[in-house]
Amino acid sequence: MLATTIQNIINALQWGSFYALIALGYTMVYGVLTLINFAHGDIFMVGAYIAFFVATFILSMLGLPGWIALALTIPLTMILTSAVGVSLERVAYRPLRRKGAHRLYVVITALMCGLILEHANLALLGASRKAFPALITEHVYTIGGVTFTNLKVAVIFTAILSFVILHWIVTKTKVGMAMRAISYDKFAVPLMGIPIDSIIVITFALGSGFAGLAGILFAMSYPVLEPYMGALIGWKAFIAAVVGGIGDIRGAFLGGFLLGAVEIMVVAFFPSTYRDLIAFTVLLVILSLKPTGLFGIAKTTKI
Amino acid sequence: MFRKYTVQLILVTLGGIITYLAYEELIGLYTLSVLMFMGVNIIMSTSLNLVNGNMGEFSCGHAGFMCVGAYVSSLLGVLLFSKDKIFGPPLLNPDLAIYFFPLVIIAGGIAAAFAGLLVALPSYKTRGDYLAIITIAANYIIISSIENLNVIGGSRGFMGMKKVINAMEDIIYLPWMVIWVFVFTVATVWALRRYTSSTFGKGVAAICQDEVAAEIMSVNTNKIKTITFMLSSGLAGIAGGLFAYIIGYVNPGSFNILKSTEALVMVYLGGMGSLSGAVLSAILFTVLLELLRPLQIIKWVVIPLLLIVLMQFRPEGIMGNRELSDIFPRLKRFYKFK
Repeated sequence: MLATTIQNIINALQWGSFYALIALGYTMVYGVLTLINFAHGDIFMVGAYIAFFVATFILSMLGLPGWIALALTIPLTMILTSAVGVSLERVAYRPLRRKGAHRLYVVITALMCGLILEHANLALLGASRKAFPALITEHVYTIGGVTFTNLKVAVIFTAILSFVILHWIVTKTKVGMAMRAISYDKFAVPLMGIPIDSIIVITFALGSGFAGLAGILFAMSYPVLEPYMGALIGWKAFIAAVVGGIGDIRGAFLGGFLLGAVEIMVVAFFPSTYRDLIAFTVLLVILSLKPTGLFGIAKTTKI
Repeated sequence: MFRKYTVQLILVTLGGIITYLAYEELIGLYTLSVLMFMGVNIIMSTSLNLVNGNMGEFSCGHAGFMCVGAYVSSLLGVLLFSKDKIFGPPLLNPDLAIYFFPLVIIAGGIAAAFAGLLVALPSYKTRGDYLAIITIAANYIIISSIENLNVIGGSRGFMGMKKVINAMEDIIYLPWMVIWVFVFTVATVWALRRYTSSTFGKGVAAICQDEVAAEIMSVNTNKIKTITFMLSSGLAGIAGGLFAYIIGYVNPGSFNILKSTEALVMVYLGGMGSLSGAVLSAILFTVLLELLRPLQIIKWVVIPLLLIVLMQFRPEGIMGNRELSDIFPRLKRFYKFK
């Protein structure tokens, strides 16, 4: 019984890590721009595909061993994925922001960008699924009936490490201070000599980079890639970010793990088809009870 | 004297012409089904426009309510008027289908309106983007619960609605689906027009501007939000019911978040809060989807790209916040309703 519980907790932590990593990107962009970047789930998918191409290239063309390939793949993928995120911002969101369009039109543009990424991928690479090459050999450890692999542990630790790094950036550095300032008052910030556009680019780069990292980890854990893999997981990560209290890094992190835990627990006790039903009902109840999420602060509204 | 009734006359003539063409089979089944989907899309976009445009909320789970309406009306129709593997013989004489069909569709709408409470009740406290999440969650919850109901087919879907239509056509041979889609579309647009210009509509506009201020000015925001959400989701349910009967088959997968996205696109393409914009963009969007059908998979790259480009040049949608009669004030002479 205890072993099963611990096993489920480990699974929940691993599954929640993906949600948490993607939710971090959502919440950073939201915190700065109050923009729901619906393309983020598809940026995660693009990250996984970029990792696939980079890893295959390094393994087959250069013939390097797996661990060097991994060490090269992670930074390369993160940089390339950030480039995708930043170019979306430059091409689609920034002109709209300049024109002072309503916030929701930018959201619709983000949705459209997501659709383009998905279907362009489908059109270019075909509907056949891609198998991700094994970069490191998976070791299975069993301690007292609890089974875990080195990959699972690595995923969980990477997620926690990313959270610590992002939290440090947002709370301790000058860039982070500028980010918080923009979300606090968009009009006073440029008067203080803070370049808003560069801060927004940095935010998009960070968020997309960590989505790319989630893409690598996901592709290593479940080595089958398909164009629609980002859509559902992206929507769910967004919901996780909101339940945590969108705009707050801690909230996104916790919300991701919460959603992962709920889903794994549902699958452990009920038929797996009930997963979405129960998980979303739980989230709906949480949001009804705490209308601004777990970490959200209720703002007083002035008229 | 008759000038004030021009809109009514045009609508009656248009309906008559389409029905006649369908009756004489002068236009193909393909064109006919495109026309019917156009009607369904108009209902879908105008009803979502009520919540997203007029009330200023961000509801992105509209397809969930369509799903409820589609399932309730098709189950009811098949249960009452046709022989089925699950329900056995029909409860009523199939000859009665011709009279009860609109009631079956409306019953689907009422069921969807009550499903709308799933969003309306949390909206008392939850606002803005948090409410958007509740609508997404509601969409997933509805689809997931129907997928788990194996009695009515689960994720494999449910069919048998064609028999009901055939029973209707056996009594009097007329293109019934075309007629009813047309009637319901006109009724929806009329009802929404009346609703937004009524006292409730003023309350909806007040909520859009500032909810707290509206509450202070003695607008009963909770009541108005409940009614508006229920009206919007009920009309979506009617759209879903018609959709199910047009295709003759319904499965939860066709009402997923992508369908909601389509509805959102139609609303924001037309312009937030513009009823005529929502109608126009629904027509445009349906035609665009059909025109680009030969492109197959690239279609879904081209359409979002077109929309993004459109947004860059016209960030407020086709009509902005205005109606057709605001742009061409002379049109006001041709109708008398407000």
